[in-house]
Amino acid sequence: MTNLANLQPGESGIIHAIHSEQALYYRLAALGFRIGKRIEVVRSARFQGPLHVRVGSTDIVLRRNEAQYIEIAAKPA
Amino acid sequence: MKRIALLGMPNTGKSTFFNRITGASARVGNWPGVTIDLMGAKVLIGSEMVEIVDLPGIYDLHGFSDDEQVVRHFLENNAIDMALIILNSCQLDRQLSLALQLKQLQLPCLLLLNMADEAKRFGVSVDAEKMSQQLGMPVLMMSAKYGEGYKAAFDEITRVLRHALPVRPERMREVLAADDQIEQAMEQVLKDSVHIPPRLSDDLTMRLDRVMLHPWFGLPIFFGVMYLLFQAIFLLGTPLQTGVNWALLAFKDYALIPLLASAPAWLSGLLIDGIYNGVGTVAAFVPIIILFFLFMAIVEDTGYLSRAAFLMDALMARMGLDGRSFVMILMGFGCNVPALMGTRVMRSRALRLLTMLVIPLSLCSARLQVFIFITAALFSPKAAPLVLFSLYLVSFSAAFLTAVLFKRRLVSHEPFVLELPPYRFPTLRQMVLRGWHEVRHFLHRATKFIVAGVVLVWLLTHFPSGVAPGSSATWAGDIGALLGPILDPVGINHQLAIALIFGFVAKEIVIGSLAVIYGMEGAALTHHMAASLDWVQAYSFMLFTLIYTPCLSTVATLKNESKSWRFVATSLAWSIGLAWVVSFAFYQTARALGY
Repeated sequence: MTNLANLQPGESGIIHAIHSEQALYYRLAALGFRIGKRIEVVRSARFQGPLHVRVGSTDIVLRRNEAQYIEIAAKPA
Repeated sequence: MKRIALLGMPNTGKSTFFNRITGASARVGNWPGVTIDLMGAKVLIGSEMVEIVDLPGIYDLHGFSDDEQVVRHFLENNAIDMALIILNSCQLDRQLSLALQLKQLQLPCLLLLNMADEAKRFGVSVDAEKMSQQLGMPVLMMSAKYGEGYKAAFDEITRVLRHALPVRPERMREVLAADDQIEQAMEQVLKDSVHIPPRLSDDLTMRLDRVMLHPWFGLPIFFGVMYLLFQAIFLLGTPLQTGVNWALLAFKDYALIPLLASAPAWLSGLLIDGIYNGVGTVAAFVPIIILFFLFMAIVEDTGYLSRAAFLMDALMARMGLDGRSFVMILMGFGCNVPALMGTRVMRSRALRLLTMLVIPLSLCSARLQVFIFITAALFSPKAAPLVLFSLYLVSFSAAFLTAVLFKRRLVSHEPFVLELPPYRFPTLRQMVLRGWHEVRHFLHRATKFIVAGVVLVWLLTHFPSGVAPGSSATWAGDIGALLGPILDPVGINHQLAIALIFGFVAKEIVIGSLAVIYGMEGAALTHHMAASLDWVQAYSFMLFTLIYTPCLSTVATLKNESKSWRFVATSLAWSIGLAWVVSFAFYQTARALGY
């Protein structure tokens, strides 16, 4: 069990839980972050910048801080 | 009159559809329950006029951002006959939830699945009929950008509307209060009617991103692209500008002067030296401004701006801002007003205020006109682009300095989550519409501010009667002398001081009023200014113009968006103070160094 911020670019996992406050939870859900969905880290920006992730058909940018709230279940090879 | 509300998530081509159905005749208007302006237009549908309102793009009816509140308040306070829902066909896996939320309102709905062209490209297929049965509302595929499926959509709107009964706002309030099992319903509809390939096959976007978002080259490429855009604007715009200047002069010499030959001297003076020269000097810049907005629109429509937000977020975070603030600053280079309104997507008030404090320092297109004009007059053709570039650097630096100084007072913990749309290319139609929009905007400003401004300047520089126009004996001279103690130390002479005062209303008036103050236009004005000012004075004047205050429209928008006079006062006091300090430091240093 890990969180999204610990995934390296190119790695993917399954969303296990989202531990954020309510407003962010709704926003993430509307963008396609749902429990059980596969999420992939495409790249990360320099200087501890945001992550570029892909959930379903949508590409999303989010900060590492927000990524920490997203718990990832498995870390498949 | 019947009323249709246009709803959808951001990035679904809602505005493209709106422009298509209204033929770009939309006007900004006020609505009950909603404190901001929304675009609305009256359109003939079937045999009756119908009002269509473009609501802000939202992710969720129950969201907490300003835009989401606006939509909710609109629905709670205005009777609606029909909701037109626009979703992106490629992202139905998440966007369908909005349609289901709206369905609960029991409004007559029509669901338009836009971007059918992209869906085809990405291998997404939709069984619209099946979806329609399950949702209990008509569903149509469409491409608002290319017009495919538009006719069918219009016919369906006509049909639905004919049988529609308006839903009262009171009922809307009840329904909006309750919310339940949308998730499950969504899965069911998706499973039955949409096929999405496990991985979207958008090779082009992935390949482009690999270069544009490269860890080391991403930012240099971004600034390179911006630099090339500016070069292109001037390369294409300068000959156009010369052409417009020539035409305006010819019209004056061959039509206006002979026509007014028998009119009294004061009338021909007011009409020719005042209004025509003033407005004409401004009008010559319209081609460059149109090009500027066209290029901005292309960058915006391609989806590159969200990439810029990704690249710049780490740096912006250190200044208490985020990647979206950077995009707003860039938008501000076009015009500060829409950039300020764009901050509505931010939920944290502190982040929004900090971004709004920074945006007015963006070197907008109206200030650009002033700078092009003065650099062309005072600097060699070789040095002029560098001078302009340095002003952009000053603009960025002033913005960053402001953010760093105020970030401790305006601390936010706003999450930064942003969608990256695939790269898209705007159609010719979209670009023409955008260009036309800018011309209209200019004409609007011209009639509202510029004519009034140049007439006032003409009066101030030609009265009391009997004195030499533009001399120190005129009213303008009195005002200049009054401001002398403040503006002399920064090298701004009394004529330029008048231009600065009117620049508060709109920056376009600055060059218009210079034409009136000196009683010349075109090449003659340029030569005269080159002879009466040196480059240190001119640069100091430009620094002051850049920073001292945005225009009246921006101040009004600051008030509307922040709803706080204290904030507006802080913003104005800070920028005027900063402008004086920067100009003073520059002017005195340059003089001390012997320039």
